[in-house]
Amino acid sequence: MTDLFAYDFMQRALIAALLVGLVAPAIGTFMVQRRLALLGDGIGHIALTGVALGILTSTSPIFTALIVSAAGALLIELVRVRTRTSGDVALALLFYGGIAGGVLLIGLAPGANTATLTSFLFGSVSTVSTEDVYAVIALAVIVLGVLAFFGRELFVLCQDEEVARAHGLPVRLLSAVIAITAAVTVVIAMRVVGVLLVSALMVVPVAAAQQLTRSFRVTVALAMGIGVVASLGGVSAAFYSGADISPGAAIVLLALAVFAVSVGVGQVVRRRRGRGPVPQKGAEAVPAGTIPQTKPGSLDPGSPST
Amino acid sequence: MSVEVSRVESSASAHDTPPSSAPPAFRVADAVVEYDRKPVVRGVSFEIPHGEVVAVLGANGSGKSTLMRAMLGVVPLASGSVEIHGRPVRGFRDWGRIGYVPQRLSVGGGVPATVREVVASGQVARRRRWRRASAADRAAVEHALESVGLTDRARDSVHELSGGQQQRVLIARALAGGPDTFVMDEPMAGVDAANQQALARTIADLARSGATVVLVLHELGPLAPLIERAVMLSDGVVVHDGPPGGLLSSSPHLHPHTSDAASLPAAPALEVPLRD
Repeated sequence: MTDLFAYDFMQRALIAALLVGLVAPAIGTFMVQRRLALLGDGIGHIALTGVALGILTSTSPIFTALIVSAAGALLIELVRVRTRTSGDVALALLFYGGIAGGVLLIGLAPGANTATLTSFLFGSVSTVSTEDVYAVIALAVIVLGVLAFFGRELFVLCQDEEVARAHGLPVRLLSAVIAITAAVTVVIAMRVVGVLLVSALMVVPVAAAQQLTRSFRVTVALAMGIGVVASLGGVSAAFYSGADISPGAAIVLLALAVFAVSVGVGQVVRRRRGRGPVPQKGAEAVPAGTIPQTKPGSLDPGSPST
Repeated sequence: MSVEVSRVESSASAHDTPPSSAPPAFRVADAVVEYDRKPVVRGVSFEIPHGEVVAVLGANGSGKSTLMRAMLGVVPLASGSVEIHGRPVRGFRDWGRIGYVPQRLSVGGGVPATVREVVASGQVARRRRWRRASAADRAAVEHALESVGLTDRARDSVHELSGGQQQRVLIARALAGGPDTFVMDEPMAGVDAANQQALARTIADLARSGATVVLVLHELGPLAPLIERAVMLSDGVVVHDGPPGGLLSSSPHLHPHTSDAASLPAAPALEVPLRD
């Protein structure tokens, strides 16, 4: 374990991974509940255009990726609301636009080609610089701050948009908050897992956590825990394998393994919890539920004739 | 007959309601709502005074749910106006006074939430930022859970409950915010007979306490004794506005705007089936 921390680049990699594992599932829980599980993936593709733009204009790719993916996230919301396009089609449009834009722009950049994009596609956590670490810390603080500030409203919005409107909540503003927060998270996570796998860290830990929980709050906390374990585990695995293993891939596969285990555990727990009272309740509930349904319809008109 | 009983109850609770100078809970004037340029609500006008229990009735596609959404500002008006407690719906800010009960609990993406979390989220319009729930907030949540009989399920996931129990969660969520004006969309839909009785009792308690209750229904059902007034919609216009008793017998020749005056003795206490 000591050699893991002996290298500066590993320390930076572990800090970045820790923050990504913490933040991505937190915003991811709201996205999953709002049925926007693939929003992160869409934004990731758009971020690629931002990265290419940064390389083309010799500015920080993280900065341009932040601007472009935030704009793209808002665009997804607009397309979803304004045109009669369903959420998944709106996402698809941006997926392809983002990839095409990235490949096009990188071709225009002197001395760069699509290979330059590879480190952003699959992540390159070992090349994270000190400045990158500060940027990631700042972005993580912003994301967690926004979630703490708007959490209550976002919970209502993601539960039922119409109820949110009837509470007088600013639904458009809150939707934009989710979209932009997701975009910021994507840019943080881009260096660690790459834009192609970014969405996995927002969705898979949440999917794993919700197999085991009954409460929203606990789901968020558990998903963050799973995210941290998977991120640190993945980066460590890459280190000990002597860089044969891609850290991004290891992180995502670890999270998927946790998901598989929690599906099994969740079923056992539910069965055990249900074994006592639930079958009894179910046996009572079936006649109680069916008789009143049939009674007014079929028994009442029948009874005078018989 | 049961209607008369509820009349007595409601007149007894008349002291609880604010003086008549208070603006009506809802004032709808010539409201038109269109979906894709096609009018769904076509020029509806009525007022719901504070403390009244009103059913908005109509068959599927009559525009009753759309009207209700327009009354809450969820869908925009093509023309006309809606006022809530004397303020135009766009400028209305006092949303803590409104308790909306949607038709069913939305599952969303399937992330679990406990009964208590969902009920407590009804306080979103009145809770301050960065503050933990106050003792009064928590007491309101407990009281809301108690009044729908779900205290013992508070820690369970809402997805584990039956449809009727979920409906009670939604009513408790509205109660937790402490509103004085309730708008309920088909609260009895998909609820078994035992739960219907429990729900009817909860709504009766609300009415007794002086709350305004607007119920969107396709039939009066077990709520019939509570309802003081029925607004019936058909094809986007009001075809009856008055006591629910004489609904079918008197509806064809009632003009929507004069119906308040026409509601004197016009309703003979005939037991007419309200639908079918």
